[in-house]
Amino acid sequence: MECKRKNEKSKSNSTFPDEVLELVLGMLKSRKDKSTVSLVCKEWYNAERWSRRSVFIGNCYSVSPEILTRRFPNIRSVTLKGKPRFADFNLVPANWGADIHSWLVVFAVKYPWLEELRLKRMTVTDESLEFLALKFPNFKALSLLSCDGFSTDGLAKIAANCKNLTELDIQENGIEDKSGNWLSCFPESFTSLEVLNFANLHYEVNFDALEKLVSRCKSLKTLKVNKSVTLKQLQRLLVHAPQLGELGTGSFSQELTPQQCSELGSAFKNCRNLHTLSGLWVATAQYLPVLYSACTNLTFLNFSYAPLDSDDLAKLLVHCPKLQRLWVVDSVEDKGLEAVGSHCPLLEELRVFPADPFDEGIVHGVTESGFIAVSQGCPRLHYVLYFCRQMTNAAVATVVQNCPDFTHFRLCIMHPGQPDYLTQDPMDEAFGAVVKTCTKLQRLAVSGYLTDLTFEYIGKYAKNLETLSVAFAGKSDWGMRCVLDGCPKLRKLEVRDCPFGNVALLSGSRKYESMRSLWMSDCKVTMNGVRLLAKEMPRLNVEVIKEERYETHQARKVYVYRSVAGPRRDAPPFVLTL
Amino acid sequence: MKDCDKFSKRTSGGLNLKATELRLGLPGSESPERDEGLEDKNLHPLGMVKSLVSGAKRGFSDTIDGGPGKWLLSGSGGSEVGLGKDTVLFSPRGAGTGVSAAKAECSNQQTSVVKDKVPQSPKPLNEKKPQISAPAAREQVVGWPPIRSFRKNSMATQPQKNDDDAEAKSGCLYVKVSMDGAPYLRKVDLKNFCNYMELSSALEKMFSCFTISQCGSHGVCGRDKLSESRLMDLLHGSEYVLTYEDKDGDWMLVGDVPWEMFTNSCKRLRIMKSSEAIGLAPRAMEKCKSRN
Repeated sequence: MECKRKNEKSKSNSTFPDEVLELVLGMLKSRKDKSTVSLVCKEWYNAERWSRRSVFIGNCYSVSPEILTRRFPNIRSVTLKGKPRFADFNLVPANWGADIHSWLVVFAVKYPWLEELRLKRMTVTDESLEFLALKFPNFKALSLLSCDGFSTDGLAKIAANCKNLTELDIQENGIEDKSGNWLSCFPESFTSLEVLNFANLHYEVNFDALEKLVSRCKSLKTLKVNKSVTLKQLQRLLVHAPQLGELGTGSFSQELTPQQCSELGSAFKNCRNLHTLSGLWVATAQYLPVLYSACTNLTFLNFSYAPLDSDDLAKLLVHCPKLQRLWVVDSVEDKGLEAVGSHCPLLEELRVFPADPFDEGIVHGVTESGFIAVSQGCPRLHYVLYFCRQMTNAAVATVVQNCPDFTHFRLCIMHPGQPDYLTQDPMDEAFGAVVKTCTKLQRLAVSGYLTDLTFEYIGKYAKNLETLSVAFAGKSDWGMRCVLDGCPKLRKLEVRDCPFGNVALLSGSRKYESMRSLWMSDCKVTMNGVRLLAKEMPRLNVEVIKEERYETHQARKVYVYRSVAGPRRDAPPFVLTL
Repeated sequence: MKDCDKFSKRTSGGLNLKATELRLGLPGSESPERDEGLEDKNLHPLGMVKSLVSGAKRGFSDTIDGGPGKWLLSGSGGSEVGLGKDTVLFSPRGAGTGVSAAKAECSNQQTSVVKDKVPQSPKPLNEKKPQISAPAAREQVVGWPPIRSFRKNSMATQPQKNDDDAEAKSGCLYVKVSMDGAPYLRKVDLKNFCNYMELSSALEKMFSCFTISQCGSHGVCGRDKLSESRLMDLLHGSEYVLTYEDKDGDWMLVGDVPWEMFTNSCKRLRIMKSSEAIGLAPRAMEKCKSRN
């Protein structure tokens, strides 16, 4: 069912029928391409908007549901991102906004045939989930990442009412996990599920219901269960679904008899299509070998919730020659990373998370040598997220020399403002090396003791940079100015605890209209500066999050973003819109 | 999470007395005037790091100034070291939860980091190991390191690794003991003790080296002058409580349950700063109730 264009045929000299143009433009996959073609001429703009089936909104406040539905009448899939990214780290107070409900109300009228909704950092209530489940008869795919505001009751409503559901993907949300009963709400007649991810939910689901669900959903390609599912149960699930491409296991900690162990191994062996593996949840490695036979075609291994040690990881990686993406905990230490370098030559992405971010025990983790080891063995590496406690300029320079194709370089030296631990120099040269060598760099997160020189380098060399995250760095406004002046493709700048003040903020006034957003918290910006920005740039939304404990002249949390929807109408009292 | 302390600022003169006031304020609530002079220009980063590490032990320095906190082992089974039922869990003066090295490097900024007293001269203990001096200063910065809360919480409840199980089977019960602010952990065999009193004394002896270095920084007492009674005073005057992680992954106050029950369920020990122990006691009580 589609809205048909009525009386919209513009007079054109072209004999190219609109419908054909729509068809052709509709084949464009990339968002950027679609955007570009819509700018060619009015005819193409119209054809493109009618042909559009999916839309991505990187900042839910940059546009309103009314404006969206007016431009794109035929949308089936909506992706929305809400809060600023630092909300993930508790820097944004609760009830800040980004509530999906007002969108759903409009969609119910304008997009009744909506099929997919993918939300990140939005507030979603159970009421909204129920509304979604009841008002959209063709609804198929729900993905919630880092959202908040709902409970498992809302999931129950989705399970019970979405007859055509193909995807339910619930990841890392701050939700109220009341029970596992929601899973039992899938009716027995329901068979369409292709993706089910409840790995981050806490409570045990009814295994019988889960088993039956898995066995009747023959198209199931992705199954990620939570910790409560045991190894014996996992074996039964795998027997029902050998076709799985993505598997998230339950906890690998149950005691198994040799017979059970061998059965589990066979079940894994039968999963010949497995390309993504996650879960594990525990540090005990006793049963890891059952996975080996399933690892041959593995391209993505996500053990970021499983604090393995280096030996266990090494033994596993021998069986994963095709690995492209690896997420691990730093309990694997440098030795584990050496194994990565030895066994995974095709690796493109590495993320190392800290087991103990607050240094509560003996902290080892990974160091610069692990980083170098990976870079030596994995020349295709282009995405890294690396949490460590020590780093040197020389090591980073070596890494980027080995891997010059970095597109995403996110280095987090966990101690704020820590210098090169060998030379005690600032880490300026490290990031200088990154931006000079990695010309394709799109995303950069810096850390350690950094002077303005780092930002001079970034402004001078990082010409493809789109996202920059800065914390506890820099010396003066000059640093931020270098970045704002020098990075033509900058879209997102998020800064915390840096000595950048009003001069820096205002130096980017014009630039912010070409960016998605700017976040500055605990810097030296004052209310006067923010007001000045708001006055100079009326088309920007300039917001300050006020908390009582802050002095009134300071602007401690500033969020600036472009919007065609004007100032927020749903702002809570602690968000000042200027 | 700790977002309730601020960090003191160094002035070019060295000690910023206003900033040495211990306050329980939220980040940014009190803002001593910023020194535009970038005082850290004159300080070598290494010096900064070291002196900050010394600050990490500051919890004890508070005790030297007085203030009656208690080393708390409450409740039924064990005999305690001079405590009654109505002892307070933490020092009424509360607050300093550790020092962030961030402050040194970023002292010309306002930060949402922990506030505490200005560090004194670097401690001998830490100068031996400059490369781990930074980690020993455990900072309490809001939202740092940048890990989603979900992930932080998940990792916090990871069970112990295999080697602990192996040791348990061999007839000893080694558990790790960590102390907030100490650069390394110790291990104790719980089977060596019969009651809480013995455990407590042993831990006091084990961790006394850290309290000694606290003394040293103020020149109040040197290693040779430290008597056992003085040590006990320090510990009783401190803002520390002894806690343990049980089989379920919950952090409990030591001393509530009978000794045998404790040794059966204790996975690791942590000498925790009292300010962090808020909320621990009620949970411990609930758990006891649900057990009985």
